[in-house]
Amino acid sequence: MNKTDENLLSEILGDPIHEADAYNIRKNGEGIKRKVNPYIDIVSKEDGNGLDIYVKENTLFGIIHIPVILTESGLTDIVYNDFHIGKNANVIIIAGCGIHNDLHKDSRHDGIHRFYLEEGSKVKYVEKHYGEGKGTGKKVLNPITEIIMKKGSYMTMDSVQIKGVDNTIRKTNATLYENATLVINEKILTNQDQFAKTDFKVNLNGENSSTHITSRTVATDSSYQEFNSNIIGNTRSYAHVECDAIIKDLASVKAVPEIYANHVDANLIHEAAIGKIAGDQLIKLMTLGLTEKEAENAIINGFLK
Amino acid sequence: MLELKNICFQRDNKKILDNINLKLDTGNFYVVTGPNGSGKSTLAKIIMGISKPDTGQIILNGKDITNLSVNERAKLGIGFAFQQPVYFKGITVYDLLVMATGKKIDRQEACNILSKVGLCALEYIDREINKSLSGGELKRIEIASVMAKNPYVAIFDEPEAGIDLWSFKNLIEVFKDMEASSKGTTLVISHQERILNIADQIILLEQGTIKKIGTKEEMFDSIVNSSTCKKGGPSRE
Repeated sequence: MNKTDENLLSEILGDPIHEADAYNIRKNGEGIKRKVNPYIDIVSKEDGNGLDIYVKENTLFGIIHIPVILTESGLTDIVYNDFHIGKNANVIIIAGCGIHNDLHKDSRHDGIHRFYLEEGSKVKYVEKHYGEGKGTGKKVLNPITEIIMKKGSYMTMDSVQIKGVDNTIRKTNATLYENATLVINEKILTNQDQFAKTDFKVNLNGENSSTHITSRTVATDSSYQEFNSNIIGNTRSYAHVECDAIIKDLASVKAVPEIYANHVDANLIHEAAIGKIAGDQLIKLMTLGLTEKEAENAIINGFLK
Repeated sequence: MLELKNICFQRDNKKILDNINLKLDTGNFYVVTGPNGSGKSTLAKIIMGISKPDTGQIILNGKDITNLSVNERAKLGIGFAFQQPVYFKGITVYDLLVMATGKKIDRQEACNILSKVGLCALEYIDREINKSLSGGELKRIEIASVMAKNPYVAIFDEPEAGIDLWSFKNLIEVFKDMEASSKGTTLVISHQERILNIADQIILLEQGTIKKIGTKEEMFDSIVNSSTCKKGGPSRE
């Protein structure tokens, strides 16, 4: 790995990769480094297009890193990673993709992550997308996340994309069974003429299943964002979806809420708000001594924190 | 010393402030009172720079600050607590106090500031300044942000507005402490007798002009006649 690779990894993962209990690094379409342990196994799929990650039941506090880096301009990388989380296991999974593109050809990564959570298991899934490089070639990321949650399982998904990604369509589909809970926090910042579209579809099939989805985004310059969510309550269940966007300059933001109660005890709420930074917020911070620009940055950084 | 000279402010053909001349001495606690629409909040906003006067001058310690921006005035030592505090999604109480002090204070220092306004610090320090906070909590955090800044001139626009009786009692104690300990100038916009009682000087505004300035004893008849003072609990405006 060279300096560029290490920088991309650091942007995606935060913590040094060698501290993880298990990991697999994929670079330009090929696995380059892997670590496993007796509780967490990582196996390449036979067709070479991805991984199966097996977490044994009752595994506690395992940390798994599954980063992808793309440094070859013009490459399209498609990967299927399946996470099999055993009964009552509790793990943190940090994944994501970093693209460095200094040339004119587009670089693209489509990561299809499927999660199978067995009864009582817990997963904290952190997904971060990052792009850099001086080339005119676009940095394109299209993650798909599919989640099946068995009885009493719990999952949080933190999805972050701050600048650098030119085009993204992100799809998340989840099916929840009895007493399962899914919490999703999405943070996106787009600038220049970037395009970001997210689609969430959650089927609440089990009694007392619930989901909380929070999307906070900032659209600047002439970028475009679209937020779609479709929550279906098929039984006694609860959903709260909150979509907040700050819009600046010539940007556009579209929010399409859809909630479908298919049962009298399905309690589904959707809140959506799009607007520029409120003038009184700027003035309050300016009364503390911040310039207008500093106040704006503080508000945006706080919003996306 | 803060001095306002010939301040006029007019909107929609209505004189909101009509030739205000006022000197505020360092170390004093002033309360501005008067009927609704008398120009109290406008006066406070003009001192902070949130509103610009049509004519007149604002002088702070001999320096003309009339054309300075809000943040430039803040840097010279003017602080302002809003009548209706602002919500911030994502910004925590700790973040706000760090910005207010202008330096990287640690959590203990932030907790000490919050304790001064009667909030149990550890419960609040990591809370976002959003609608999960009650009006009274928000108001005290707003006041804490001004105290954290430790301004030379501290302005509080109707601190009693929109809070419950319990929070109001605590608030009175906060202002009593401030009156006793502040080395700068404090200016509070208020209708409340218990806040007027703390004042060194009361300024009575009516129809955009200063009707009278004096101690509580000197002002009592004027305030009663103008029907501006409310006894007991907080304002519901």
